[in-house]
Amino acid sequence: MAILDKHAVLEKNATLLLVFSLLVVTVGGIVEIAPLFYLENTIEDVEGVRPYSPLEMEGRNIYIREGCYVCHSQMIRPMRDEVERYGHYSLAAESQYDHPFQWGSKRTGPDLARVGGRYSDEWHVDHLVNPQSVVPESVMPKYGYLLDRPLDGRYIGDVLRTNRTVGVPYTDEQIELAVADFKSQADPDAMVFEDSDPDGVVERYPGAQVRNFDGQPQVTEMDALIAYMQMLGTLVDFSEFEQTPGDWIR
Amino acid sequence: MSDKKHDVGTTGHEWDGIKEFNNPLPRWWVWTFYATIVWGIGYTIAYPAWPLINGATPGVLGYSTRTEVATEIDRFAEMNAEVKAELAAMDVTEIAGNEAVQNYAIQSGRATFATYCSQCHGRGADGVAEGNGYPNLLDDDWLWGGDIEAITYTVTHGIRNGTDDDARFSEMPAFGDDYLSDEEITNVVAYVRSLSGLESRGDVEAGSVVFADNCTACHGENAQGDREQGAPNLTDAIWLYGGDEASVEHSVRVGPKGAMPNWNARLDEAQIKAVAAYVHQLGGGE
Repeated sequence: MAILDKHAVLEKNATLLLVFSLLVVTVGGIVEIAPLFYLENTIEDVEGVRPYSPLEMEGRNIYIREGCYVCHSQMIRPMRDEVERYGHYSLAAESQYDHPFQWGSKRTGPDLARVGGRYSDEWHVDHLVNPQSVVPESVMPKYGYLLDRPLDGRYIGDVLRTNRTVGVPYTDEQIELAVADFKSQADPDAMVFEDSDPDGVVERYPGAQVRNFDGQPQVTEMDALIAYMQMLGTLVDFSEFEQTPGDWIR
Repeated sequence: MSDKKHDVGTTGHEWDGIKEFNNPLPRWWVWTFYATIVWGIGYTIAYPAWPLINGATPGVLGYSTRTEVATEIDRFAEMNAEVKAELAAMDVTEIAGNEAVQNYAIQSGRATFATYCSQCHGRGADGVAEGNGYPNLLDDDWLWGGDIEAITYTVTHGIRNGTDDDARFSEMPAFGDDYLSDEEITNVVAYVRSLSGLESRGDVEAGSVVFADNCTACHGENAQGDREQGAPNLTDAIWLYGGDEASVEHSVRVGPKGAMPNWNARLDEAQIKAVAAYVHQLGGGE
């Protein structure tokens, strides 16, 4: 075969070899990755999933800043032991607005994909201040200083805008009211923030939990982190979710 | 290279006088290679594989991890289906009279407790540490009642959770917010601690008056508590929020309000009854 005899040209020209190697790898990449962008079952449409509210988004950023993901995953795998312990296995749609997603299988602590509503806010405060006070065998570090770090949410609009740039469908209204929603969600009784509009938060972010999460009047990082954890895995109503294995693959 | 290799010829490649012999690949390697190709084709036919326009080929075996986990869960659910149905239909007071059901209830209740309850009440149900606000379930000191029906109700609807209208509810006022003066608080703390034979700096006599005026509606004339309102007995040596002077004072000032989720949102009826049966037999059940 004449064409095969020509490979000496490639072997003797480093630049050409690089270009052609890249072409070969590209073909592999296209075959494996491109279908994910058009296959309908990559991300099934699931009722209830919405972008994070400003306070939840801030909590998520704190979660990432503190490296919680190093020990906690947010992905319940479809296996009996995980489903029995953590709840319904995670759906791709549940992390569709995550940038970056918090999947993983390396768990020093338990999976948190459905931790929302499982414990009281007080428990979360106790546990974050001193994990060993409620779980003696825990190796988790203490995060009590989150209580002492007040937040005014002044940059949260930018965070939402950045997320919109990468595809999270925040509306103009949501971005405009980001700071107000941020304060309202943790201060529904207008203890500190006088123009608190908790109903507006729920309207813009259905299923958002509105209350003072850490028991202190001002909004702190503790409020944000607990608000985030209390909503994890709570958006999809699984009594409504139909499992149709025939419609999708793996 | 030995001379005999010369008869296989060379590949024709030559670099600076170095030539490459065209030795055949070992037969075992070649056949293994062919076998992997055949296996690979078979695999893509049997299992989901090739991406098409609207989806991927489903594979002739119809495998999916979701079906697998559902099957696996069903398999175990089926094994216990009979006794579980019996438990769900049974009145909680009758569990203790049926050995097979009771055995299942306690064992499965133990597993459910470890998954959902241990984070607050402790793995051994001992509340982890006295004074942390999470009740010890091993003793006979019950806030809302310790017979199995009361426990079942508490597990089902929870306490002060705001998510279940039938949740147990009561609210101790924060007496530090303009209700009582600092002196009155010091005195009532002294009185409450004196009921357990503890010495404090306040005036017990004056404290008993403050107590009679403000606290008896819930904690009772004799301070032995009221289960209708989840008001703890203050005369025993058990302190849910700590018994030292500072802790008791803090409790009077802020009025602690422990919360518990309504587990009917997460657990089915049989699971709730199983947990109740497990907790009831731990030692303090009435």
